[in-house]
Amino acid sequence: MPFALSVHGLTKKFGNFTAVENISFDVEDGKFFSILGPSGCGKTTLLRMIAGFYRQDGGTILFNGEDMSSVPPNRRPVNLVFQNLALFPMMNVFENVAFGLRRRGEKGSGVARKVNDMLERVGLPDSGEKQISQLSGGQKQRIAIARCLVLDPAVLLLDEPLGALDAKLREHMKVELKTLQANVGTTFVYITHDQSEAMVMSDTVAVMNKGTFEQTGSPQELYHRPRSSFVAQFVGNNNRFLIVPSRDDGGAPAGLYAGRFSFILDDACRSLQDGIPCEMFVRPEAMVIEPGSDTPGFNRMPVQVRAVLFDGGNSRLLVIPEGTEDEIVVMLPQTGLYDHIRAGDRIMVGWDPGISLCFAGNGGKPYDER
Amino acid sequence: MIRSLPNQPAYIAGYRLYIGLYFAFLFAPLLVTCVLAFNDSQFPALPWKGFTLEWFTGALPHRMGIFHDRVNLDSIWASVQVAFWVTLLSTAVGVCAAFLFEQEHFPLKGLLYFLMLAPLVIPGVILGISILLFANSLGLFVENRWGIDVGLLRPGFWLVVLGQFSFIATLVTLIVSARLRKFDRTLEEAAMNLGAGRLAAIWFITLRFLRPAIVGAAAVAFLMSFENFNTTLFLVGSETTLPINLYLQVRDGSTPVINAISFLLIVGTSTAAVANLYFSRRQV
Amino acid sequence: MNGRIRLNWGFLFFFLPVALWLLLLIVLPHAELLRLSFTSSRPGGFTLQNYMAFFSEPIYWLTFVRTAFYSVIVTFLVMVIALPVAFYITKVARVRAGGFLMVLILVPFWVSELIRVYGWIILLRESGVINRLFTSIGLFSRPIEMLYNDVTMIMGLVYTSMLFMVVPIVGVMDALDDSLIEAAYDLGASKTAIWRTIIIPHCMPGMVSGGIIVFMLVLGSYLTPNLMGGKNSLWFTEQIYNQIILYFNWNQGAAFGFLLLILSSLVIWAGLRVTGQKLSRVVQ
Repeated sequence: MPFALSVHGLTKKFGNFTAVENISFDVEDGKFFSILGPSGCGKTTLLRMIAGFYRQDGGTILFNGEDMSSVPPNRRPVNLVFQNLALFPMMNVFENVAFGLRRRGEKGSGVARKVNDMLERVGLPDSGEKQISQLSGGQKQRIAIARCLVLDPAVLLLDEPLGALDAKLREHMKVELKTLQANVGTTFVYITHDQSEAMVMSDTVAVMNKGTFEQTGSPQELYHRPRSSFVAQFVGNNNRFLIVPSRDDGGAPAGLYAGRFSFILDDACRSLQDGIPCEMFVRPEAMVIEPGSDTPGFNRMPVQVRAVLFDGGNSRLLVIPEGTEDEIVVMLPQTGLYDHIRAGDRIMVGWDPGISLCFAGNGGKPYDER
Repeated sequence: MIRSLPNQPAYIAGYRLYIGLYFAFLFAPLLVTCVLAFNDSQFPALPWKGFTLEWFTGALPHRMGIFHDRVNLDSIWASVQVAFWVTLLSTAVGVCAAFLFEQEHFPLKGLLYFLMLAPLVIPGVILGISILLFANSLGLFVENRWGIDVGLLRPGFWLVVLGQFSFIATLVTLIVSARLRKFDRTLEEAAMNLGAGRLAAIWFITLRFLRPAIVGAAAVAFLMSFENFNTTLFLVGSETTLPINLYLQVRDGSTPVINAISFLLIVGTSTAAVANLYFSRRQV
Repeated sequence: MNGRIRLNWGFLFFFLPVALWLLLLIVLPHAELLRLSFTSSRPGGFTLQNYMAFFSEPIYWLTFVRTAFYSVIVTFLVMVIALPVAFYITKVARVRAGGFLMVLILVPFWVSELIRVYGWIILLRESGVINRLFTSIGLFSRPIEMLYNDVTMIMGLVYTSMLFMVVPIVGVMDALDDSLIEAAYDLGASKTAIWRTIIIPHCMPGMVSGGIIVFMLVLGSYLTPNLMGGKNSLWFTEQIYNQIILYFNWNQGAAFGFLLLILSSLVIWAGLRVTGQKLSRVVQ
């Protein structure tokens, strides 16, 4: 069975700037595929090429195995939920949903039946007569999706459709979109810069940076086994240490941090070249506060608490490793065990070397979220 | 100072007086004109000699009401016809120009845009004479060259239509452009994404979005044409439009028939204007 | 968005009507106007005669200077009267009352200039309404002719062009955030200081566009000076009319027309230059 969407070697240039560079991927039928990347990474350009609004400078786009690289947007079996939704304000809900059907030449009761079925499926029956301006943010969302799904597209593209919603509604819509996709079984290709959206909803996530895919995999894979420094920083929160690899007395890999702490490194870091600075990542939840001094093979580091960031189940400590300026985030379990910790305290933190990750070179520059 | 700040009563009272005087100044001539249309007198002047409708309905030789006044009725009909064609032409071309300047990119666009604005700052009189002279020269040229006499190029109905169209199209362009600028192009893309061709997208989405502006612009075009004097003055032939005809009558003396016509025009245009305002506000 | 997907016929569909309009009704007629103004009426060769006549006959250039001078005065008067009115409507009156007053201001705008002038004529002439009223209450001992002098003519011009100043000023004043005035008041500014430092600078774009439109309209007006001005208050447009329609001297008329066009363009250009604005912004 052919893939719902297959992209091979897709490239797009604007003048000298290469917005999308030689991207290839396949999306299985019925899957939820996300493209995650910071703004300006080229994800919208990629999406517009798939939809047909941009002509690619190279590569092919196949829907269900059929090459549609040069088919105009209105003849592609793909529909797009726009970032601003682009619902037609001069039409009511029914006319919006019926628009595509009527453009296909469908008429009469068939249109009405399909539209009403679709409105029911997105949980908004009897809203056909409403004006777009009468809908809430979440309802508009659903109508924009219904308008596309009624055409039964091979692939539904979504361009950060949750961006305009407030935080609470966004959380709710994440779950709702996921359920909706599972129910209708249409292939979704979802674009976002919000890693949480991508993680919660997707079967597969592609992390995009500077016009190329850095890594494609399940959310779990991306989180636990990032293959690049960028993915490690972009997916989930991470603490970053600049270290210089060396060997300990027994010849096992070790890393010198800030010129004063020597960390035990994971076996996976064996390939690093001694003496050349590299990055090591440890997730906040992998950090242990006041680890027992009896655990062998554990990394330990004295730190000073700069701030206690209480946020319920997501509470953290902001700490400074002694003798450095770096800020490290440590998860603060709300078990009552650590309630005594105050800003200014000196404590120990530690982690199991097996869960740290190392990446060679990157010029030592952190990825800047802004 | 302003409504949200404390103001002295004298300031408010003085201001209200000023505004009152201003509106008296604004409406006095119109009100007087309207009232005297119903005065039972041979002249549009005081004293008040009683109420009459004869200046509308009268059919006597010395009291020819507007409804029986052939000359004035003909000129009204001529104005309506001119306004109809001007509205049609300027709306069509103005909408094209709005699309051209808002959505297309081409060389010398700036120059063309400047030319489009030019009729706004060219006095109507100049527009009138330059079109008259050009049409005349063109007519002479065609006649000498091919021996054809083109009636279109002589002062008359179609030259009036063209002359008024030449600047009213600019107004339409500006009104429609202002709305088109607020149009979200992704709506057109969404329509194409849902299977509409470019023409269908324009027809179903863009033009529908522009409809209030187009209707408003057409109304403005009709009114502007209906009462145009300056440009028309030089282009008019034997078939005079209403403003020209009224001008000739006012210049040579006046009868209350003019008041009657004015009354109808004031009532008609202000109703149309208020309706237009009402609908354009509601459609924002 | 990308031009490559768009077909060229769409562009031509928008471009052709606009290009025809601007070429045939704006560019060529004015080129012809320029050519004729340098052409002698009888042999048809190149001549400066038409422009020489303008400078050698005092009646011509005096009329020209008078027209320009009065147009500036009228523009200034209109601005001074309109500013407080616009301020009242947008900032002092209650919001709903302001909206209603705005509609009221717009209504006379739709009524033909001719009818508005006619209203003034029946108000002001010797047998007019005001004379009748004032003599009957004993204010005047006998009727006074109030028409046909420069003051009345200027008042008429102020009246007919007033609305083109109020509308743009109301537009910019509406956009002035009340809190700016409140802040200035709170910081201890006097009324004059607020006007000088906050309101006037903010309203400059509206005042300039209103000024340009009013100046252009007044300069090119024909009806009001013709019907309300006296025998001695000749307006330059009347000179043009006389040359073209009465004396049938089209070359002379073309030269006059071109001079008027140059004057209005110069003043508009200077106005834009001084305030550092662009024509495209001002007309919107």
